[in-house]
Amino acid sequence: MNENSATGDSLSGLHVLEYPYRRSLGPVLSRFFTDLRDRKLTGIRDASGRVLVPPQEYDPETAETLHEFVSVGPGGEVVSYSWVAEPRSKQPFDHPFAYALIRLDGADTAMLHAVDAGEESRISVGSRVRPRWAAEPGGSILDLACFEVEEEG
Amino acid sequence: MREVGIVSFAQSSALRERRNEVEILLPVAKEAVEASGMKRQEIGFTCSGSSDFLQGQAFAFVMGLDAVGAWPPVVESHVEMDGAFALYEAWVKIQTGEVDSALVYSFGKTSPGDLAEVLALQLDPYCVTQLWPDADSVAALQARLFMARAGLEERDLAEVAVRSRRAASDNSHAIVKGESDVETLLAEPCRSSPLRAHDCPANGDGATAMVIATGDRARALCDRPVWIRGFEHRIDAPALGVRDLTRAPSAQAAARAAGVHDDKLDFAELDAPYTHQELILRESMELPEDLEVNPSGGSLCTRVLFSCGLTRVGEAASRIASGAGDRALAHTTQGHCLQQNLAVVLEGE
Repeated sequence: MNENSATGDSLSGLHVLEYPYRRSLGPVLSRFFTDLRDRKLTGIRDASGRVLVPPQEYDPETAETLHEFVSVGPGGEVVSYSWVAEPRSKQPFDHPFAYALIRLDGADTAMLHAVDAGEESRISVGSRVRPRWAAEPGGSILDLACFEVEEEG
Repeated sequence: MREVGIVSFAQSSALRERRNEVEILLPVAKEAVEASGMKRQEIGFTCSGSSDFLQGQAFAFVMGLDAVGAWPPVVESHVEMDGAFALYEAWVKIQTGEVDSALVYSFGKTSPGDLAEVLALQLDPYCVTQLWPDADSVAALQARLFMARAGLEERDLAEVAVRSRRAASDNSHAIVKGESDVETLLAEPCRSSPLRAHDCPANGDGATAMVIATGDRARALCDRPVWIRGFEHRIDAPALGVRDLTRAPSAQAAARAAGVHDDKLDFAELDAPYTHQELILRESMELPEDLEVNPSGGSLCTRVLFSCGLTRVGEAASRIASGAGDRALAHTTQGHCLQQNLAVVLEGE
């Protein structure tokens, strides 16, 4: 191992501090992310008939296993938002943007994502948004790069 | 139910620390054990709460035992949660009849890492974490929804901060304290709209420790034991979109099950790291409007992650032990947007 070395009498080795877990997606999120790669948005119907997006494997109320996928979107509506004036390095943009809870058309629950609104005055509760897709899908939530605010009228 | 009383409580200053976790914890655990009047070897069980994610190392919590002494061997356990949940485990252990006393401790040192990034790791790892929403922004989504539903303005949130900071003035451990006024606070820019810095917790490093014991043992050890009369915790769904973020059903269920409403409360210590969360908790836990909340200043003014819940219990118990009240609620929350909640009802002898 070339990262390890002996200096005089003492051994030293590289120590990388991280949680190197790999996760599998399971039957429901596999479908969601496969569809997302193809620029389609998919939810799931829960026991009470609500459409959950992102889809959940189990009903949040009754814990029943859920099966019935439902196509939703691509447009949606802002349910709540917070304006990030000074983005942090890992966040989706290096210019100010909004995190928002977005209820996609045909969905009953909201999903969290970023909205590239340019400035805070362009977004409000009830704003219509549509997805901006990543040029190259990479198999993550970022295949949906962000949402953008639809022009009025 | 076996009668279980809080016998002693200690906490560190919550300032940013150069010392490591064990060095912060050692004097606090020692103080609690000495104040209990028991020798460490006489205490039946040791239970701790902390999170390895803050240290970035699996099983980092085991090092905490260096601070309490692991020889002669101790019976111990740990929860990857706030120390208030370790207190719950210790209380259950005593209810089983296996032990008659316990030392409970917790610690959190958040200053070496980027807390906003660490807390993003407790969100849905597939659909949310990779967007790296910081905890303040996630709380802000909840605040905007709650303000709209309850008809509140940013001024109403600032008033919670003003009152909390004033209450914290007498708390030597508080990070943020003193007189402030709503106009000055509202003149500051938003951190993550609609929240400003005063709406968000003042984070620090620290440790908390507590000793509990059964009925006559507790009476023999201290003048006024503070009895745990009810103790429950409940949890809501983790996905942010599937629940009504303006309410905390698990806080309501925990409060009811703990018997909060069986008798009059003198005050409450709520673990509400954000101003709007205190208002949600008051409503969800069905507390009287005129109830005194957070005479210590609360977690808004002094948040030591994974320790501030146990501190709420300790602050409430100390206040009752000093005679400044007879019956109180202490509360702890975990997760984003008040997802999981614990309620404990305390009563003086």
